[in-house]
Amino acid sequence: MSVLCEETAVTARLLPDDAASGRLRDLAAHQQVFGAPAPAGALTSTAIVAMVEAAGLTGRGGAGFPMARKLKAVAAGGSPVVVANGAEGEPASSKDKVLLSLVPHLVLDGLQLACRAVGATEAYVYVHEGPLVAMMSSIISTRAALGIDPVTPKLVSAPARFISGQESAVVSRLDGGPALPMAVPPPVYLKGVHKSPTLVQNVETLAHLALLVRRGSGWFRSAGTEAEPGTMLCSVTGAVAHKGVVETPVGTSISAVLERAGGVDGDLQAVLVGGYHGAWLPGSAALDLPLSLAGLRPHGATPGAGVVVALSTRTCGLVETARVVDYLAAQSARQCGPCLNGLPAMAETLGRLARRDRTPGLVERVHQLAGLVERRGACHHPDGTVRFVRSALTVFAAEVDRHLAGGCTATDRAAVLPTPRTRGGAS
Amino acid sequence: MNQTLAVNWIACDGRGLCAELLPERITPDEWGFPVVDGHPMGPDLLPDARRAVAACPTLALRLAATGR
Repeated sequence: MSVLCEETAVTARLLPDDAASGRLRDLAAHQQVFGAPAPAGALTSTAIVAMVEAAGLTGRGGAGFPMARKLKAVAAGGSPVVVANGAEGEPASSKDKVLLSLVPHLVLDGLQLACRAVGATEAYVYVHEGPLVAMMSSIISTRAALGIDPVTPKLVSAPARFISGQESAVVSRLDGGPALPMAVPPPVYLKGVHKSPTLVQNVETLAHLALLVRRGSGWFRSAGTEAEPGTMLCSVTGAVAHKGVVETPVGTSISAVLERAGGVDGDLQAVLVGGYHGAWLPGSAALDLPLSLAGLRPHGATPGAGVVVALSTRTCGLVETARVVDYLAAQSARQCGPCLNGLPAMAETLGRLARRDRTPGLVERVHQLAGLVERRGACHHPDGTVRFVRSALTVFAAEVDRHLAGGCTATDRAAVLPTPRTRGGAS
Repeated sequence: MNQTLAVNWIACDGRGLCAELLPERITPDEWGFPVVDGHPMGPDLLPDARRAVAACPTLALRLAATGR
């Protein structure tokens, strides 16, 4: 599952050395490696927030929001709620599943610290339906029986859909509703689960929190960049020798990340960073770019939740994009008109381009639809989809022209980007 | 104070009344959902804007001081 090489020993903080074995690190082993967590009351809320601020830890769920700011905002309200969000909806992402499967105690330690930081007495662990539910349930019970955690979290699961991990969808689900995004405002840090201020943090962010409180903010900053410190988990897939999760310092070049996954299998055509709401980058330009917000922003991309997909010259980027947009259209919550109507229309038009339909105006139609759905939804599903589509039309422009002339360069028709057949929204 | 129109996209059904009452700022898209011109509303348009907000059968339209 995970890919490890010599370098891993230096950079891996969260993932164990034997990650490739897929073996769970149980509580005894966990405490042997990291020591027992600080006893309740040993650290004040202010001290934890100050450490997080000094460390510069940002959210690892995709948005990269500074954790200290979220902690302060939630702590300022009454009866806050904390959620460990492990519902990664990106089909190309597996880092949260891997993290929870290997080092769940790190995440649960972090959840306790987050509760202490904001003064919460109510906490949740939120995961997709599947094998993690039983596993996490048993681990939470074990810790409760041993009296390790001042706040015993409740486990809640949601169907594995693209958008079920979106913050307001998480809150809706925890309030007993469907795991679908809700209208904003107010933001969940002001008014979330049963209208209380709610801290929703990705499970990887909480694992980093558990370590930085044990080891200090200086230690945390000893990896990564000045502006974006620490390490990050990356799900590397596509045309690489060893698909899986690697942990690298933030700001590691994309070429080094691909090397960590065994290197590119074939000639690199393009790289998708940030997942299906992310952006394609041309292979030649992508290799030297650092996987960080600062490094990717000038290229219209972000690291998102650490998804990196290599596409070789064997595969048609347009066909891959069309299939993913079809998947994304099906994953719409079907709550907002422009998304409900616009994404299927966009998928249909891209599908015609992919099938080498030579009707004039198809590319213009995709751009028109992109303009019609952008910023016209309750969540970022349409916006993220538009970013993905526009980057594809830019990076695969030559391939689009070839298709419009009836050709295609691909030699291998096998699907590279995963598009699971799950139901979308409320329908 | 400048005011702009904001749509609650989950509530909006695309009935189109707002576009009829405030064609200067709202046009229906190809599916009937409002495309809102984001420019701030001058005092001349505010009465019609308020009428459009009040007329929305799903209460999906509101006037906001800033942002969308």
